[in-house]
Amino acid sequence: MTNLQSLSFFYPELILTSVILVAIIYDLTIDKSKSGNVGWVLVLGLIAVAGAVCIQENRVTTLFTNSIVLDPFASFFKLVIILATIFVSIVSLQSNELKEYRKGEYFTLLGIVTFGLFLMVSTIDLIMVYISIEIVSIMSFVLAGYLKQNTRSNEAALKYVVYGAFSSGVMLFGLSYIYGLTGSTNYFLIAKAISQLEQSANPVLLISVIMVLAGLGYKISAVPFHFWTPDVYEGSPTTITAFLSVAPKAGAFALMIRFFNQVFADGGAMTGLDYYSVTLIPWANILSLLAVVTMTLGNVVAIQQNNIKRMLAYSSIAHAGYMMLALPVMSGDSIQAIMLYIVMYLFMNLGAFFVVITVKNNTGGETFDDYRGLGWEMPLIGVVMTIFMVSLTGLPPSAGFVGKFYIFASLIKAGEEFYWLVIAGGINSVISLYYYFRVVKVMYFEGKSNESITHPPTVMSTMLLLTAVPSVLFGIYWKPIVIWIHNSLSFFIQTF
Amino acid sequence: MEHILSWLIWLPIIGMVAIAFIPREKEDVIKITAAVTTGLQFILTLLLWNRFDTNDGAMQFVERAEWIPSFNIAYILGVDGLSLPMAILTAMLCFIGIFVSWNIKKAVKGYFALFLLLDTGIMGVFLSMDFFLFYIFWEVMLLPMYFLIGMWGGPQREYAAIKFFLYTLFGSVLMLVGILGLYFSCGQTFDILELTRVAPQALQGVMWWGMSAIKVIWVLLFIGFAIKVPVFPFHTWLPLAHVEAPTAISVLLAGILLKLGVYGIIRINYGLMPDGVYWFSGALAFLGLINVVWGGLCALAQKDLKKLVAYSSVNHMGYSLIGMAAVIAASEANGLNMKAAQAGLGGAVFQMFNHGTISAMLFILVGVVYERAHHREIEGFGGLASQMPIYTGITALAFFAGLGLPGLSGFISEAMCFIGAFPVFKAIVIASTIGILLNAAYFLWAFQRIFFGELNEKYKDMSDINYLELFTVVPLLIITIFFGIYPAPFLDIISASLDGIINHVVSLATFVGI
Repeated sequence: MTNLQSLSFFYPELILTSVILVAIIYDLTIDKSKSGNVGWVLVLGLIAVAGAVCIQENRVTTLFTNSIVLDPFASFFKLVIILATIFVSIVSLQSNELKEYRKGEYFTLLGIVTFGLFLMVSTIDLIMVYISIEIVSIMSFVLAGYLKQNTRSNEAALKYVVYGAFSSGVMLFGLSYIYGLTGSTNYFLIAKAISQLEQSANPVLLISVIMVLAGLGYKISAVPFHFWTPDVYEGSPTTITAFLSVAPKAGAFALMIRFFNQVFADGGAMTGLDYYSVTLIPWANILSLLAVVTMTLGNVVAIQQNNIKRMLAYSSIAHAGYMMLALPVMSGDSIQAIMLYIVMYLFMNLGAFFVVITVKNNTGGETFDDYRGLGWEMPLIGVVMTIFMVSLTGLPPSAGFVGKFYIFASLIKAGEEFYWLVIAGGINSVISLYYYFRVVKVMYFEGKSNESITHPPTVMSTMLLLTAVPSVLFGIYWKPIVIWIHNSLSFFIQTF
Repeated sequence: MEHILSWLIWLPIIGMVAIAFIPREKEDVIKITAAVTTGLQFILTLLLWNRFDTNDGAMQFVERAEWIPSFNIAYILGVDGLSLPMAILTAMLCFIGIFVSWNIKKAVKGYFALFLLLDTGIMGVFLSMDFFLFYIFWEVMLLPMYFLIGMWGGPQREYAAIKFFLYTLFGSVLMLVGILGLYFSCGQTFDILELTRVAPQALQGVMWWGMSAIKVIWVLLFIGFAIKVPVFPFHTWLPLAHVEAPTAISVLLAGILLKLGVYGIIRINYGLMPDGVYWFSGALAFLGLINVVWGGLCALAQKDLKKLVAYSSVNHMGYSLIGMAAVIAASEANGLNMKAAQAGLGGAVFQMFNHGTISAMLFILVGVVYERAHHREIEGFGGLASQMPIYTGITALAFFAGLGLPGLSGFISEAMCFIGAFPVFKAIVIASTIGILLNAAYFLWAFQRIFFGELNEKYKDMSDINYLELFTVVPLLIITIFFGIYPAPFLDIISASLDGIINHVVSLATFVGI
């Protein structure tokens, strides 16, 4: 479709762009104390965008001369990202960390990241892959360093920039190899060209895949591209940490699924068919190995942490590993499992970070010591944090269990070469129990239970319940989500 | 009474929600609510027993509802002769447990709410006939247990709680892999009744990593269940958890939670993998022997009375394992000895029930003396017989029941296990009689040290067992004596269903591809 025609299908992004512009201009007209209102502009704008995405839900077409697609798969991820952004925006207004700062730019940047993620989930062109990743990354760098007076936040931003620049450089180099080998930047043309490549080209292709994985692995914080994660997550404003641990990860997974499914497999996976790999390079084995290493490292290192925010950073590495487990299978079931996991993960992980924000607002600390006896002092926090920890561990009946169950089921279904991944994933869940329940232990078994009870502010309590209730509810009844995901998969675009 | 099984499972949850709305200062109201809930549940199980057709070995009172159709997950409940006694035991011990915990001081509201959640989990495992539902309930037990041990337990409670949690979760993760393996090899269903029909054939010849899938799945599920039983060498969580847990929770742990493992092996492993039974029965009997001897030796070495009782559980569950292994006596190769198979499996199930009542009694009695003396060192007492005559009498009976004195229920079930296993595992049965000797030794020796000799001056004002405590122990004692003299009512409940299981195992085992 030509560029002009495409615009008429691009209206969610256009609405988002105007929301961002309105936010910038509105921010110029108000003074610092009221700058939080920009957040509400963004939230209302995003609700409108979500409406627009829903209207488009069943359209399937390519846009802008085959550089991005519009399909239910992309729409699914857009809605997930919008939900995460809305949650984070509302909580940002409550956070004490951001109190001293003007928040206009903060929300504007958050809007731009969302825009970048929209492109990321719908791209089918190598150039657009790079552009979308850069939009997301650069805005995230600024957001990570938003606490200008805080040296840790500055350090986080700088580390993020250095690692980001390096890994996106490596990725770009890998993409250039792919272009060199196949003569195209379009996924479908590349897939066609790869299937006709001679054997001798495989080493180069392998190297380019590893390089691309460096860029994508950086975004989802997979080992060995994870080194930035703990420091950035610890130093950034907690709201941004929460956002980074969910939205860009969802976007990067969408990109990865699309990339591996359509460049290295024949795209049949999405329709639930058996796919065949178009090349002999062992990309599935590489992904399996990365997944196992990622979750094991995340879990083992998380045990040793004393800062809860940092512990959650390592836990988010581990969760990236669980999701990656299903990538090498690349069957309809496994993609469905990843999508389900992302929905479940959104609630439980955002919720856990919201608890960290609430506690920091209240006591000013983020370490295990600050959580002593919290279950008695702030009953709501105690209960919801226990729910999030149960869910992150993956104990039934919780959302996290259902996510893991679907991932494991898709692996068992795929055949015996994947069974070891299930065993590895299971053992990792047991390891993770130890550090997640350390939080519960500290909250309930330690400190003395004093009689005075503190309640978090209403908005914060509401947000905590909005994340905690689904974390339990989706563990008991998740049929509607599965149906939604199923519908999002069945119309995936294969050819043009 | 249409949905009696659902009521049994969800009644405690209703009680839990009710407790959540009671202000935390009104401790008596909370306790009474919990007692009424579990009391109603107990009455319901008796009603169920009354309506239960003991001549029908099939599943009764079956309930089915759709849940997640896309994954073929359904809400299926049912009860047969194997699960009915366990359901009654659960309801009874939970009811008694409420009164045992009557003197809990700390966070009363949380304690009873979690207690009822635990009740739901246990009842759910015994009654659910969908493997997914079974797994959910299996895991639901863990969280309340973790809190109940970790918050209301003894000095090492935090370590005991997390150790229990990690062990059990490790087992359940392996179990989950086994469940998924069964699901995909047997026509994508979680329905245990359907799986029991389909699995024995469907698993034939399926290979995983060059091994027979039957063996792999058997081992995965067995480890999950064995940790609960606990079978040596997975038993190390048990003494710690039992000792640190508050009395009522030790009662539930020993009385019911350990039974879940044996129940799971009979219901799932036996039902779904008859070939596996033959392959594993020798090992099962041997593990039973180790449990009997090792548990006995460890109990003999204990200085802490509660730890002694905890190790006696390891010892007692060993008899159950030996009895279970006897099922193969009914096969052609072993001369179609149906009588031995019936005695063995019946003994195993009866032993589960008897250990449930006897160990519950023992833990309550330990709690009684701990409440007064604030320690449990066996050497630290002495001469209590003159100070607490009623308590001494009851403890004597409980100890005799524990060591399997004829005339008390433990004797009958242990004898049944041995009688059943003797034709097939002669050497193991003979060797495990050492366990009986050890059994008598540690109980009698402990009894002697606590109750006879000079009265310890510290305890000369110790009061005898009170009415509330008597109320919790005496019913269990009556059951123990009654079934010791006249076990027929119990064997009537289980026999039809167990015959079904034995026939199922014997007729469907093919010895091909294993």
